[in-house]
Amino acid sequence: MTITSQRRPVRPTRHHRRTSGLAVLAAAALLATACGTSDSGGSSAKQPGGNGFQAPDIPMADSLGAGEGELNVLAWPGYAESGKNDKTVDWVTPFEKKTGCQVNVKEFGTSDEAVSLMHGGGYDVVSASGDATLRLIAAGDVQPVNTDLVPNYADLSAFLKDQDFNSVDGQMWGIPHGWGANLLMYNKDVVQPAPTDWDAVFGGSSAYAGKVTAYDSPIYIADAALYLMNTKPDLGIKNPYALDKDQLAAAVQVLKDQKANVGEYWSDYTKEVQAFKSGSTVIGTTWQVIANLTEADAPVATVFPDSGSTGWSDTWMVSSNNDHVNCAYMWLDWIASPDVQAQVAEWFGEAPANPKACDSTSKGFCDTYHVTDADYAAKIHYWTTPIKQCLDGRTDIECTDYNAWTDAWTEVKG
Amino acid sequence: MSTSAAQEVEPPRSTGLRRASAFLHRHRGVRVAGLVAAPVLWLGLIYLVALLALFVTAFWRVDFGVTVSREWNLDNFTKLYEQDVYRTVVLRTIVVAASVTVIDAALALPIAFYMAKIARPLVAKLLVVALLMPLWASYLVKAFAWRAMVTPGGVLDSAFGWTPGFGVSAVVITLAYLWLPFMVLPLYAGFEKLPNSLLEASSDLGAKPARTLRTVALPMVVPSLIAGSIFTFSLSLGDYIAVKNVGGKTQMLGNLVFDRQATDIPFAAALATLSVVIMVIYLSLVRRTGALENL
Repeated sequence: MTITSQRRPVRPTRHHRRTSGLAVLAAAALLATACGTSDSGGSSAKQPGGNGFQAPDIPMADSLGAGEGELNVLAWPGYAESGKNDKTVDWVTPFEKKTGCQVNVKEFGTSDEAVSLMHGGGYDVVSASGDATLRLIAAGDVQPVNTDLVPNYADLSAFLKDQDFNSVDGQMWGIPHGWGANLLMYNKDVVQPAPTDWDAVFGGSSAYAGKVTAYDSPIYIADAALYLMNTKPDLGIKNPYALDKDQLAAAVQVLKDQKANVGEYWSDYTKEVQAFKSGSTVIGTTWQVIANLTEADAPVATVFPDSGSTGWSDTWMVSSNNDHVNCAYMWLDWIASPDVQAQVAEWFGEAPANPKACDSTSKGFCDTYHVTDADYAAKIHYWTTPIKQCLDGRTDIECTDYNAWTDAWTEVKG
Repeated sequence: MSTSAAQEVEPPRSTGLRRASAFLHRHRGVRVAGLVAAPVLWLGLIYLVALLALFVTAFWRVDFGVTVSREWNLDNFTKLYEQDVYRTVVLRTIVVAASVTVIDAALALPIAFYMAKIARPLVAKLLVVALLMPLWASYLVKAFAWRAMVTPGGVLDSAFGWTPGFGVSAVVITLAYLWLPFMVLPLYAGFEKLPNSLLEASSDLGAKPARTLRTVALPMVVPSLIAGSIFTFSLSLGDYIAVKNVGGKTQMLGNLVFDRQATDIPFAAALATLSVVIMVIYLSLVRRTGALENL
């Protein structure tokens, strides 16, 4: 008690408190006037989709010099292997030896994470999926790529060049890396008979209640939309990335129903590996690389459902805030070269962008991944950023954009 | 030393250091300013300005992608208010934080009492070390360890044939484990300060141990209890890593902030403001009890 009474005179009186409150308010007001700008110039101008999208004016490299000795790579797991997962899987060390560029690799688990990390800076190149590329371009975080400086670019599959998600007005903003489908992985001992369709994780997921997993990202809504596209034609979904309000609500309902049977979601791929190994998860969406990492310790198999799947077509992009441009271009050319393409494709389990890789891949690999099969490729709905302008060509209705999908995904998880 | 010897000592030479110290001796204000400058800068710039920036950002919006547009608006807060899911998550977060606090208090009271009043000094010291030991291990390691504990077929399952599985209860158990030392230590200090004579007087006057505990010991450690609860409550409020590891599909406020900071900083800021508001309400409730004055 004595302590309290000693302290009392020091404590601010009512008057003092009021003035300090005023000071804080004044500071806030100052900050507010300093921060708020009126030149935001119409937020809709930056929406892509034909008429609106304008890429920021960022210069492109026109010639290359010697390497800077260092390169910071932001990559999907499995895209920049240095032998730490498997000693024989290493295309980073040979690159370092050849170019003298020391490579630091940071892996990310979702496109959102990649967009956020790139915005924060500190990375020279990034492997961006189609649901990240436009956002990176719009934010000014990447620079256009001069394909003349990437000799191996000429060999890449033509159908991967000048796509909506990697170019703007005929200018490439990156180098195609490879493409593939999200697969359905299951535990062969538990899931019998073997599933053939996504229904196993949606309509039929109750058979494995509590042991189903799903990808923890708003883009997973497209998986539900694709399921509805095949099972409920009445909804009129033509493109799983072009959903109007009602279609989005239907997809959200599918995912909410699924949630009842989900044990946990994954975005960190190691978590899915661990969950399948421990048996706490027995069925769910996956990438081939995850199956590769799991199959030694758990009886898992993957299937590409006949009704198609979502998937990715990835692009290596160069940061606009970059001290290692030369090393970055060396990396782009390295990763597009046939030998490295073959290694990445086999390790990750995807189709290489460079068909010449098929000369170095193991026998039958390129057939398995349908590297030149247009019909197969048509069954994959590549990750694309949903925007207000409907990507399926509808003009009489506004579609839901990625922000709406993010809200919807929060709502699904509840 | 004799007085005469002391007189022979020459006056100290006037070095720069001495002049500075003499100057500081004469100017009390400069002295105080020098002492508090570093902490004030730390608190002011790094803490308060960051908090203010958070609050300001919550009133902006994000354009397509990640570009923040500095147009003042209330959209983020409207969204928080209008969409039920955010209310559900906030409520769940408060319930979890409160449960963790209650469980930790229930566990910590007897432990702290035993350490301070019953155990021999050596045992008490060993117990303090044992309590502090887990704090040396990384938080992440402990969170992953609990994943191995509660996973179906994991440690709990094979040892006791039961596990809560991934979900809210696993989150509560994990957080209660993680924050227990933060509750025990203030309580231990509180019981230490409690004079034994009071307990003896109480029993001399005929009170049974239970009554002594309830009417003498407990009221005197309420400030410590509240200090501990501030730790356990606020730490639980912001946690998202333990939730990700053992929560299964559970979302808490921290997870929402984490998910949104990747794409929508202003909305993430609005969500983070919510947890600040909850904490301010909690602290003002605590303040009303007068407990803060005795800390």
